[in-house]
Amino acid sequence: MTFDEFFVTGDPLILASQIAIGLTLIGLVALVSYLKRWKWLWREWFTTVDHKKIGIMYILAGVLMFFRGGVDGLLMRAQTSRPELQLLDAQHYDEIFTTHGVIMILFMAMPLLIGIMNVVIPLQIGARDVAFPKLNALSFWLFFAGAMLFNLSFVIGGSPDAGWTSYFPLAGKEFTPGVGNNYYAIALQIAGIGTLATGINFVVTIIKMRAPGMSWMKLPIFVWTTFITSIIIVAAFPIFTVALAYMSLDRLFGTHFFTVASGGDPMLWLNLFWLWGHPEVYIVVLPAFGMFSEVIATFARKNLYGYKSMVYAVAGIAFLSMLVWVHHFYTMGNSAAVNSIFSLTTMMIAIPTGVKIFNWLFTLRKGRIEFSTSMLWALAFIPCFTIGGVTGVMLAMAAADYQYHNTMFLVAHFHYVLIPGVVFAVFAGLYYWWPKMFGFKLNEKIGRWHFWLFVIGFNLTFMPMFFVGLDGMSRRMYTYSESTGWAPLLGLSAIGALIMAAGFAALCYNIYWSFRYASRDVGNDPWNGRTLEWATASPAPEYNFAVEPQVEQLDDFWHKKKQGKTGLKKSELKSVHMPSNSWTPIVLAVAFGVVGFFLVFEWFTLAVIASIGIIVGLVANSFDYDEGYHIEPEELEEEERKWRGDLQ
Amino acid sequence: MTSQTTPLEYKSHQSQMNILGFWVFLGAEIVLFSTLFASYFILEHNTAAGPSGQDIFILKDVLIETFLLLTSSFTCGLAIHSMRNHDKKGLLIWMIVTLLLGAGFLYMEINEFIHYIHEGATIQTSGFTAAFFTLLGTHGAHVTFGVFWIIMLLIQLVRRGITEKTSSKLFIASLYWHFLDVVWIFIFTFVYLKGMVM
Repeated sequence: MTFDEFFVTGDPLILASQIAIGLTLIGLVALVSYLKRWKWLWREWFTTVDHKKIGIMYILAGVLMFFRGGVDGLLMRAQTSRPELQLLDAQHYDEIFTTHGVIMILFMAMPLLIGIMNVVIPLQIGARDVAFPKLNALSFWLFFAGAMLFNLSFVIGGSPDAGWTSYFPLAGKEFTPGVGNNYYAIALQIAGIGTLATGINFVVTIIKMRAPGMSWMKLPIFVWTTFITSIIIVAAFPIFTVALAYMSLDRLFGTHFFTVASGGDPMLWLNLFWLWGHPEVYIVVLPAFGMFSEVIATFARKNLYGYKSMVYAVAGIAFLSMLVWVHHFYTMGNSAAVNSIFSLTTMMIAIPTGVKIFNWLFTLRKGRIEFSTSMLWALAFIPCFTIGGVTGVMLAMAAADYQYHNTMFLVAHFHYVLIPGVVFAVFAGLYYWWPKMFGFKLNEKIGRWHFWLFVIGFNLTFMPMFFVGLDGMSRRMYTYSESTGWAPLLGLSAIGALIMAAGFAALCYNIYWSFRYASRDVGNDPWNGRTLEWATASPAPEYNFAVEPQVEQLDDFWHKKKQGKTGLKKSELKSVHMPSNSWTPIVLAVAFGVVGFFLVFEWFTLAVIASIGIIVGLVANSFDYDEGYHIEPEELEEEERKWRGDLQ
Repeated sequence: MTSQTTPLEYKSHQSQMNILGFWVFLGAEIVLFSTLFASYFILEHNTAAGPSGQDIFILKDVLIETFLLLTSSFTCGLAIHSMRNHDKKGLLIWMIVTLLLGAGFLYMEINEFIHYIHEGATIQTSGFTAAFFTLLGTHGAHVTFGVFWIIMLLIQLVRRGITEKTSSKLFIASLYWHFLDVVWIFIFTFVYLKGMVM
């Protein structure tokens, strides 16, 4: 293997990035060394098992990946902004739409949602932590190792270029010989193991760790959506595990799962991919629905309308999500009967989703609405998402889909679903729970800039795509001729992308500004919230609750506040058991990452040697009988006095 | 929640959660093996130019493998029964018997694979062999992992005796072992018997 087979060379854009990445890494190492923060970093973050810190790391990683995926998106819009432009060549464009898709779904949406789930869920159910804190840390580090491995492809070895769906035979070795698609198979496998562990963790946490009295129909709605999402994760991710394993075997070991000539079947990949891929859409959108429900109820100052129907709707969506995967390939040779069945199941999803839309509207009706930034995101979500939903029903009709299939209309549709459905939710959630994480609010004024720039930019970017799509522009086209007449609309789309990017920049500036200047005096309950996370200090102390909350009804904290029963009696304080930090998760994940890297390059001897690291980590973990430690009542009292004043 | 009759492995809240979490994990494993089986059913007749299952399967060896693994599940049950009776020696002995049976199974299976490769059926031969070896290999890898895992737990058992923690760990490993047995019954039926008949 020569130097230029290992490093990606010859492209000035990538060379600039390589230099920038190198300098940033050196800069970071130098900065941490200069500030003498290595020990602190290791003790407080790298080895932490605290769900709140793990959540914050997820969010940080998600925002970084948002930047990476966003730059990919900007490059695509720039390339198509004028006809016959030569900013990117076809190969580079292929790589960029592939990494954009993978990163935005798996390394941006997932960690941001799982991050917020991590911070909020244990607090909302009045728990000390998740059921398996160490496994939770392992989940994060495996996700992070997978994400970093995937991003490495950009500068070492070459990016995957067969689309985020990586259909065979294109994604096979015959048509995509480089290591790029090996990165896809291995990095997603590593991150996927972490996600599966997260799913198991939250299922058990929500079943077994709810505060006394919090029966199922008294759960905050975000807990419900997280619970059902976790079940979908457990049911869907193993399918992807198998699909990726087949892909790895085909590419690395020359098997014939997907090669027709030797008895394989490329449609097997499509079916397995979408058997996971469609539920995955709901894995990202259901927790988002939960967040919107919390935000809307809080800022409309009303109970969530139709709480029970919300729960049933979420369960119904989860069930149907498993029965619609064929609608991604209506045009690929199914019989009319099969297509009709999947048309029906797909359209049926609109029913529970419609129930939710109307529940949100009825929650708003006659509410005393407070237009905070997070509420603005929720309000913008409803109309934008409905456009995405309605065009989804258009796409669901198999016969009509022959017109739209793989056009820009589809691209516009799923961006109208995923950006309002997930990204708006994450923004709403970040503004809403920010004080619970950090003890200060994000600035509302800059928040408004962020909001308007992003929402206007979003509509300007994706609305024109519906029209060029209906006009016949297929997706993934890297350029087009003047005579198509698409130039004005695509030009508009490029301007929209810039405005959206400005919105993201406003968010980053907001984080910076608020970190420096925002008031630290926000109290435990800055939004007049309804659920238990607001019953403890902001930022939440490491032990979460000094005394395990007792729950009597839905939105218990809201009612307790009205009755003035949120105080703490000194006599109730008991010593709290805490889990110890652990080095095994991060070491295991690094070992997984190294093994993965060697597998990508098919250096099998090195991979076997490196997997000793995984074995050592597992054995060390098995022999670890650490009992954790206790926080004694005196310490709890001191900590609680800081924000409560005197105890009763 | 816990009473006098609660088995030791369920005594602490954390142990209860560990066991429930492992059941959920087994749910994920069921999805994983279902996917492997479904793929196998799709590809089993796509033998390209290579041999079919009927050409290469030796039912006698498979029957011995089945016997070994099923017996190991029984002895694993006896081990947990000893554990419930706080019989450390019985637990240790029955677990070792289980592991030996498991190792015997693996020995037979590896021989079986070598035989197939000599017959010209490698994992690269056809769609059928790819799906076959991956399904069987995933099961075999699980058994191998289980053997080493239980060895680790037995070392802890010898050092620490039957405690709340070691008992819940061994109980979870026993769930895993029984699960692999169930998977094998499906393999025996739907891969070997069906392959010989149809």
